[in-house]
Amino acid sequence: MRFLPVFRALGVIIVVFGLAMLVPLGVSLLFRDGAENAFEQAIALTLFCGVLMWVLASRGSGGDLRVRDGFLLVGLTWTVLPFFGAMPLLLQLEGLTFTDAYFEATSGLTATGSTLLSGLDHLPISINFWRTFMHWLGGMGVIVLAVAILPLLGIGGRQLFRAEVPGPMKEDSLTPRIAETAKGLWVVYILLTVACTGAFVAAGMEEWDAVMHAFSVMGLGGFSTKDASLGHFDSVPIEMVAIVFALLSGINYATHFLAFRSRSLGAYRRDPEIPFYFGVMAASIVLLTFYLLQTGVYENTWTALRYVAFHCVSIATSLGFASTDYGQWPMFSQLWLLFLGSFLACSGSTGGGIKMMRAVILYKQVFREIMRAMHPRVVHPVRLGKRVVGDTVLHAVLAFSFIYMAIVVSLTLVMSASGLEVVTAFSAVIATLNNTGPGLGAVGPAGNFSSLTDFQTWICSFAMILGRLEIFTLLVILTPAFWRK
Amino acid sequence: MRIVILGAGQVGASVAEALSSEANDITIVDQNRDALADLADRLDVRTLVGNAAYPSVLQNAGIGDADMLVAVTQSDQTNLVACKIARSLFNVTTRIARLRSADFLDPALLSNDNFAVDYAICPEQDITDYIVKLIEHPEALQVLEFAGGRVALVAVRAYPGGLLVGQPIRKMREHLPKGVDARVAAIFREHQPIEPDGHTVIEPNDEVFVLAAAEHMRPVMRELRRMQKPVRRVMIAGGGNIGARVAGVLEKYYEVKVIERDRRRAEVIAALLPETLVLAAEATDEKALVEENIDEMDMFLALTNDDEDNIMAASLAKRLGCQRVLALINRRAYADMVQGGPIDIGLSPAQVSIGTLLTHVRRGDVARVHSLRRGAAEALELVAHGDANNSKVVGRRIEELPKIKGVHIGAIVRRTEPFDIIGGDGMPKGKTDRRVIIPHHDTMIEPGDHVIVFCTRKAQVKEVERLFQVAATFF
Repeated sequence: MRFLPVFRALGVIIVVFGLAMLVPLGVSLLFRDGAENAFEQAIALTLFCGVLMWVLASRGSGGDLRVRDGFLLVGLTWTVLPFFGAMPLLLQLEGLTFTDAYFEATSGLTATGSTLLSGLDHLPISINFWRTFMHWLGGMGVIVLAVAILPLLGIGGRQLFRAEVPGPMKEDSLTPRIAETAKGLWVVYILLTVACTGAFVAAGMEEWDAVMHAFSVMGLGGFSTKDASLGHFDSVPIEMVAIVFALLSGINYATHFLAFRSRSLGAYRRDPEIPFYFGVMAASIVLLTFYLLQTGVYENTWTALRYVAFHCVSIATSLGFASTDYGQWPMFSQLWLLFLGSFLACSGSTGGGIKMMRAVILYKQVFREIMRAMHPRVVHPVRLGKRVVGDTVLHAVLAFSFIYMAIVVSLTLVMSASGLEVVTAFSAVIATLNNTGPGLGAVGPAGNFSSLTDFQTWICSFAMILGRLEIFTLLVILTPAFWRK
Repeated sequence: MRIVILGAGQVGASVAEALSSEANDITIVDQNRDALADLADRLDVRTLVGNAAYPSVLQNAGIGDADMLVAVTQSDQTNLVACKIARSLFNVTTRIARLRSADFLDPALLSNDNFAVDYAICPEQDITDYIVKLIEHPEALQVLEFAGGRVALVAVRAYPGGLLVGQPIRKMREHLPKGVDARVAAIFREHQPIEPDGHTVIEPNDEVFVLAAAEHMRPVMRELRRMQKPVRRVMIAGGGNIGARVAGVLEKYYEVKVIERDRRRAEVIAALLPETLVLAAEATDEKALVEENIDEMDMFLALTNDDEDNIMAASLAKRLGCQRVLALINRRAYADMVQGGPIDIGLSPAQVSIGTLLTHVRRGDVARVHSLRRGAAEALELVAHGDANNSKVVGRRIEELPKIKGVHIGAIVRRTEPFDIIGGDGMPKGKTDRRVIIPHHDTMIEPGDHVIVFCTRKAQVKEVERLFQVAATFF
């Protein structure tokens, strides 16, 4: 393991992150909201640490970053950045512990959207801006991570998409091609964000709220500037805008990029995840609308459809906005939403969970086993679109899904051992591991994560990073074998 | 005609065999000395060992004086290059190339400026089309089309239970619905042709060739045997080139299972065929066939590249209760031996694909040739050109044409005003401007008519061609 190149790259990332904080500082200065000092100090600290790390690591000749170093770099990036992201919150908000601030920043950067702050409407605008801006930055990171880096590292069957995406082909050096890829993806991401902001404004939101919510939607985060989340606006057009852009952000950004580059919709037609993504989504909306009408939660079909459609999209794509307290719905519908959130988002999107690609492969593998039971001699490859899924990928997906479930179970057990009631414990783990945001019970849409103990909060922070890095990236670093020369 | 054939494989050999019997001057080029020696023993041809893509080799083969190049090596690339050389360096008039990959079938690519291929043939595709036709008509031994599919020629084995079986042919018109007409073009009894006329009585087990408009074929076939229920389940043995192609077409309409011996090949075709159930097993493994419900299959196609395997697999499938079995058989002796025995249809691949090639070789304006009964008989679609002055057929009634023994005019396709096609069931089937006429002794042949002629003996083909050639004064 060669640390110097990793730390040099990490130093650069920290410096860039520090520079990104200049934006909320500008917002703060513009509104004179009293958070200037907090941001100035946080920027100074971040830049200092970043530059120091960079300079120290540049002294030796470390050589280029290699593929294997990617695990360490990615893991460190997502654990260290929340520390700096938490600084402005820690300095500005009185009574906020470091644990809580780290949780909030992790939730921001992993685009989860679980919050333990309340009284959001009265926070300085620059703080709210920073929270949602972290979503947006995190989204950028996630896209590059999911489209370019994880396929390269071959995490959980991601290598399936290695060749397809305009991603890095050179197996030796990590940086140059990823920079190319990232640029293209970010152009699409930024254009969509601009469009989303415009659409929110057109739907009747104030400009700054529109910007911040657009950040939140595009990163599929879930932080709002309002305690009542999107319910604050109580506006159908605003919910529609959120639905449309959340759906877009739940699609593989590589597909967006290909469509954008070729100026045609053909790329969407060829994306094998999309039919399942929209199909499961539409079926769930219809199912839950009928269910809620049947159980008498809503009288009016259109009202039911409005809330069901919004929450299905919001929770399933792992956005995590709420427009009403769906915690009041029957337990089945809440569990269904949580269940959707664990697999619906496409790979390469800013969403969380095990991703549609793996869910489809798992489903087809089950079907394959059934075929084999009926026809012992059958040769039945698992196919995704036109492509045959090789055994290597299949095994990776199976292992990934197993470890995902094992982690859900073990973290739930840990949470419940620490004294949490089981629905809250389970849903808190699911909501953070899937980077969805709100859970059920005490951490549901009406409550938030502030009721958790410090220990439980750390577990949730850990789960968010674990989920964001698709488990294996982090597990690899935690394996002794990784550290052997 | 001087013809150079490249490639002495199955296709090349059958082309050489078909053409050498017609007083052509043939040279065959191949890299395989043994294959050439074998051909030289059997046929009156010149052979040359060498790489067919080299100009020097082609020159030695006498391509400078050749009228036609038939490039049928295994390699598409060699065939393309040979055509190009034949055009650019030696100016050969007609160049035919075998192209397996559909990728090359771009008209611009094959134009004279580029690879200069006049006619591209793909035997695998011909065989695939042929088998698919047979499955659409499960009663038939052979289904051939003329005039772009307007006319069908079907070979059927007569079985007791067919309306016409045991009766003279002229009774047929009494059973058929109004507007439906057909012509019994030939009857083979115990492998010997008999000259059918109105009084000929059709006996069970006769192989009967019937010509009719394509849309009238079903009621016509009912004359000769009880109709079978349409095919739904098909099992294919052998996932090679032909097997995979056939499965690719069939899987859209039928339930298809493919049995392939080689596991790696099975994986490849399973990836290509999303709807097909691919099984890795021996086609001659009784247990595997039973396990996959061979008795529930409507059709079993043995399409491996091994004659013996095909015969054994098909016989086994028949014995295990499959409705109807077909085997691909390269050796003519085998094919004659098994057809009509345990195996319903013995298909000789060379015979199927040779028709397409012969179409391009025949003199006069020949639109389509089908080789029948493993090369013994032939059906031609000829275009009648010219007028009463310079043509021996145009402007004459059928009864005025010179009589050639064993040759019958089966049908005429004439361009008319567009009209609706009415199927044998009385339902409209779309529009066309080509009317199918079943001619009688007083029918007049007009210029532009496509005349479908049935020759029970191949020797008569030359005479028929000559008959349809326009006299030199025409030019």
